[in-house]
Amino acid sequence: MVVEQIVPEEIVYQRPRSLVECATHYCPGCTHGVAHRIIAEVIDEMGLREHTIGVASVGCSVFAYNYFDFDWVQAPHGRAPAMATGVKRVLPDRMVITYQGDGDMASIGMTEVVHAAARGENITVFFINNANYGMTGGQMAPTTLPGQKTTSSPHGRDVELAGYPIRASELLATLEGAAYVVRRSLHDPKNIRLAKKAVRTALEVQRQGLGFSMVEMLSICPTNWGMSPNQALQWLAEKMIPYYPVGDYRVSPSVAQLKV
Amino acid sequence: MARELLKGNEAIAEAAIRAGLQAYFGYPITPQTELLEWMAHRMPELGRAFVQAESELGAINMVYGAACTGARVMTSSSSPGISLMMEGLSYIAATEVPAVLVDVMRGGPGLGNIAPAQSDYNQMVHGGGHGDYHTIVLAPATIQEAIDLTVLAFDLAEKYRSIAVVLLDGSLGQMMEPAELPPMRPVRQTFPAWAATGAAGRERNVLTSIYLDPPKEEEANLRLLRRWQEIQANEVRFREYFMEDARFVVVGFGSAGRVALSAVRQARAEGIPVGLLRPISLSPFPTRQIAALCERAEAFLVVEMNAGQMLEDVRLAVNGKRPVEFYGRMGGVMPFPDEILGEIRRLAAGEASFEGHPRDRWLQRLTGSN
Ligand SMILES: Cc1ncc(C[n+]2csc(CCOP(=O)(O)OP(=O)(O)O)c2C)c(N)n1
Ligand code: SF4
Repeated sequence: MVVEQIVPEEIVYQRPRSLVECATHYCPGCTHGVAHRIIAEVIDEMGLREHTIGVASVGCSVFAYNYFDFDWVQAPHGRAPAMATGVKRVLPDRMVITYQGDGDMASIGMTEVVHAAARGENITVFFINNANYGMTGGQMAPTTLPGQKTTSSPHGRDVELAGYPIRASELLATLEGAAYVVRRSLHDPKNIRLAKKAVRTALEVQRQGLGFSMVEMLSICPTNWGMSPNQALQWLAEKMIPYYPVGDYRVSPSVAQLKV
Repeated sequence: MARELLKGNEAIAEAAIRAGLQAYFGYPITPQTELLEWMAHRMPELGRAFVQAESELGAINMVYGAACTGARVMTSSSSPGISLMMEGLSYIAATEVPAVLVDVMRGGPGLGNIAPAQSDYNQMVHGGGHGDYHTIVLAPATIQEAIDLTVLAFDLAEKYRSIAVVLLDGSLGQMMEPAELPPMRPVRQTFPAWAATGAAGRERNVLTSIYLDPPKEEEANLRLLRRWQEIQANEVRFREYFMEDARFVVVGFGSAGRVALSAVRQARAEGIPVGLLRPISLSPFPTRQIAALCERAEAFLVVEMNAGQMLEDVRLAVNGKRPVEFYGRMGGVMPFPDEILGEIRRLAAGEASFEGHPRDRWLQRLTGSN
């Protein structure tokens, strides 16, 4: 009898070492899980697991620290970049990442992220833009599109009353201290691969001490959008990308020379 | 080390540095700013971390992050800035990480002014941030004491994985006095086992303040409470002056206690058997010591640079056994020894009363004398 053995070279897909083996609390189809996975893969590939400290934020990803198998701290709502600054300044040779939603980073925590970027703080922000406040049940976020219905904009975001969505990457890209600020999307495999590449570059930027880095990831919230995951992915592609174009918003000259 | 002429804010900063401070995060606000400026100059030259934060909210969360690595870390501010830090303080307390905070109080509420006051007693001693937590609060009355208590604050913060606050008013921050700084301690090179420093060769460490499961949250609360009981049992500090035969007791902390001491000396010269109890740890408060004084004291006088915040803690300790009177100045006005002497004379003349609330009686006297 021939026993077939799977040799390591043949393994094409397995749980990254940096992810804990457990079920997450994310809703089915939610792209938080995709973002977690690509971040964990890159951390594994770069051999950073034992040198990384994550700063979790307040939002659906509040329990990110349960899913990543490295050291984490948990910030108050919006304050992750300040907390990350505290960690990084004491431990400059460690990798410090934040993982923040759009309500967390672009609303209550806008000051903290702007100043961390302006200081050129050597941290990496993973910014999950899902156009609403997921955890609290789908209220309007600073990223909610004009006309988009949420529980706190029940007739659709009225820009006369609620103003316009914030393009955080474009805004942060104006800051000299920001070395690498890009937007990617998680709505299909091609874009996910591009997002992973950006995660890699961002962490490389931090590893080499080149300044602040952020990867914005367009993400879905099927539960609060009231859609199936597939519909949500399509809505992201059709509605979000025109307002939030995928692209590189700041690549400082030193980052441009990076070979990743 | 020799005594030198030192400014309060700078002396505290240098004392913290010599206590092995590894990181300082702050935001300018009078009358505390010299502390931040001293750090701006000293910390980088020693190769330690200094950041002028974007706000007090930023500063306290930087402290939170650094505290999670187990580093010796502090911030400093003044009343309005401290209000803004309350969110972070609650989180730091809940996460059980050590941190030191210096509050150089000024006149309030609101933007108030930049003159000395003690009106942050309640927000520091009785919380301010949400949830059940306690901070250790130490109140110096001289620059030497400010130096010594700053060093002690770091040791207590680490011993109990707690927040330790050095609480002083603007006059102490601004004035100069001869004092002696401690020798330079080496910066610690190791990190505690619980710290988030990277999971190299060990299980990961997670530092958080969230316990979604109510029984777990209750357990966390109980842990905090038990630790607080331990602090209450071991860390009460106060100083007594002329208390051996005192029949009247003045209670005052920080600068108000210091002014009261001048008044007590004058009253003694007049033959009034009065003493001063100056709480140094406002939290834990010397409740038992004050309660014990009821055995021999006929009446108490509480003196503060606020509208009677510590007064309530003294009243709880006295528990209706003896009359308690109050004298305060507010809004950045400091009391003069004469004013306190006048109040001591009233006690000695048997005018202390049980009727109503001491604050109301004081207000009556204040407006009546106008
Ligand atoms: C100071 C404070 N205000 C409000 C909240 C309530 N809150 C929890 S999560 C959240 C929104 C998070 O939304 P987002 O950052 O977009 O992340 P998502 O849940 O969508 O991933 C809010 C408002 C809080 N925890 N703290
Ligand atoms: S509520 Fe939305 S963002 Fe949160 S886990 Fe569910 S789908 Fe994801």
